[in-house]
Amino acid sequence: MAKYMRTVFALMFVLLSASTLAAGGGAALDESGIDPGNVNSLQRGARNFMNYCSGCHSAKYVRFNTIGKDLGLTEQEMIDNLMFNAEKTFETINISMREQDAARWFGTAPPDLSLMARSKGSDYIYSFLRSFHVDPDSPTGVDNRVLPGTSMPHVLWELQGFQEAVYSTHTETMDGKDVTTTHFEGFEAVTPGSMDAEDFDAFVRDTTNFLAYIAEPIRSDRRKLGVWVLMFLLFFLIISRMLKKQIWKDVK
Amino acid sequence: MARIEAEVGKPQGGFMKWIDDRFPFTETMKYHATEYYASKNFNIWYVFGVLAFVVLFIQLFTGIFLTMNYKPSAEEAFASVEYIMRDVEWGWLIRYMHSTGASFFFIVVYLHMFRAMLYGSYKKPRELIWIIGMLIFFVLMAEAFAGYLLPWGQMSYWGAQVIISLFGAIPGIGESIVEYIRGDYSISDITLNRFFAMHVILLPLALIGLVFVHIVALHEVGSNNPDGVEIKNKKGPDGIPLDGIAFHPYHTSKDLVAIIVFLMIFAAVIFFAPEMGGYFLEHANFEPANLRATPEHIAPVWYFTPFYAILRAVPDKLWGFILFVLAVLLPLFLPWLDRSRVKSIRYRGWMYKTALTVFVISFITLGWLGVQPAEGPYVLAAQFFSVLYFAFFILMPYYTTIDKTKPVPERVVYHG
Repeated sequence: MAKYMRTVFALMFVLLSASTLAAGGGAALDESGIDPGNVNSLQRGARNFMNYCSGCHSAKYVRFNTIGKDLGLTEQEMIDNLMFNAEKTFETINISMREQDAARWFGTAPPDLSLMARSKGSDYIYSFLRSFHVDPDSPTGVDNRVLPGTSMPHVLWELQGFQEAVYSTHTETMDGKDVTTTHFEGFEAVTPGSMDAEDFDAFVRDTTNFLAYIAEPIRSDRRKLGVWVLMFLLFFLIISRMLKKQIWKDVK
Repeated sequence: MARIEAEVGKPQGGFMKWIDDRFPFTETMKYHATEYYASKNFNIWYVFGVLAFVVLFIQLFTGIFLTMNYKPSAEEAFASVEYIMRDVEWGWLIRYMHSTGASFFFIVVYLHMFRAMLYGSYKKPRELIWIIGMLIFFVLMAEAFAGYLLPWGQMSYWGAQVIISLFGAIPGIGESIVEYIRGDYSISDITLNRFFAMHVILLPLALIGLVFVHIVALHEVGSNNPDGVEIKNKKGPDGIPLDGIAFHPYHTSKDLVAIIVFLMIFAAVIFFAPEMGGYFLEHANFEPANLRATPEHIAPVWYFTPFYAILRAVPDKLWGFILFVLAVLLPLFLPWLDRSRVKSIRYRGWMYKTALTVFVISFITLGWLGVQPAEGPYVLAAQFFSVLYFAFFILMPYYTTIDKTKPVPERVVYHG
């Protein structure tokens, strides 16, 4: 019986590990490397977001006073630095553009960013913001490797400059026919921006960090609380185990 | 005052006597707890019934608080969930408890059912307990399905779209049934409202009623045990089964340990991985329902995927639906499919052991295949494991008849 159980569990383990290995795939994304515990990074991210994103993108579930509390900002600091479009700190991050107008102007209304980091992941956001490249055929002059055909213009061009996608072609003879495959090699700067590549990556990383934060503001609190809950339960477990032993001592 | 009372009618036996003269309180406590005798050799597989009860309680309790802030309307549902997550005091905890509880309900119930298959708990005289249990499972599936629409995210919407449209495969009346379920020509505000009504009133009531009946039936015949020995056959001079110990305080104190271990795992998920890598809360469900954009992969939540994989393994829509329903219903007939003389796997031969192992592997693999895209090798694999899934049930009368069994002891095996 015990042997049977061990076999079943071993098989289940093998199957489960096989399933985790097989998961994944999809477009190759760069690792965001964000640090949710770094308040300075989050503050810079908030500044970046309000200056570069919030003109078109709302974060309609996120309140300024929540940001202020979690990021250690005073009311005055928020009013001076973040609240360009809001009167009261309990307001959420909204845009002035109407959705129908936005859809007409851009082709697609810019999506709300409250939960973007939860639906797409922070690696996606980090990679997306760094993957705009020149495309003369596009109405915005740029396309994006991560989301081809995006209607979003290269908002951060002043900082990053413009870059070109470089492809290599590779011709192979298969079954007597020449098959040409293109392979993405990387980006090459065309016109420089005000930041070098390293600073720009850091800028995007801070912004991504902020987006990950607003997707679930309670995240760091819940982890801290979780440790206490588990410690309490562990203590309670020891007590209950002693109680069980005491009660069962006459069962033979 | 005291003098008059003493003259007219002295209190005889105090408060409990007063209650017991009017309501069978002490009698009920004895019957279901302090004088309900269950085998002393219960192992870990015997905790999942109690744990299912704990999860049911968690779901009812957190559900009540969620309804206080949730808005069952297509316009407001998604925003109201985010409101609970961000602005309601402790709302995030209540919501994560409920969403994690849904997945844990199925984990615990699947293990509870597997226990019955290990030790033949569905066999005579416990057939009715098993059938009531299966009804609980069906209601639970409906409850989970209705609940999953409520956050009104992309997966809520498209998952419901796929599952409801399955009924369209029924010839003739299929489309009418689909319309009747939705209450509209597509999934809409009306569908959301009726699913909310089902989820918070009808199905929980059915669940509580069935759980009550499940326990009444269990306490009538008594619990099985890992040896599949009827402990009532060997009673002491006091009329108490020799291998039985009272549910309270013995089993309750043991179950308390199990409950705390369970809560630790439960809390670890809630506080450290509430999305569970996209399996408990799917990533696409953090986008509001969008009627114009289909998500890349539509997969039901993990607890439905074994059955979903069977559905997709069949190229024909109607036959897929029939086999899907059959896969869910077949376990109902286990008490009659299993012809073995013994209950517990401890005394069964290699055939049943092999069959059960193959069944578990098939079920888990089908679950994994259910979240993969329905193409090429995945479909072939799903077909292969579907055949094994059905073979386990259909061939059961045969292999349980010819399987060699070992002699069952008179008393349960207990090492103290």
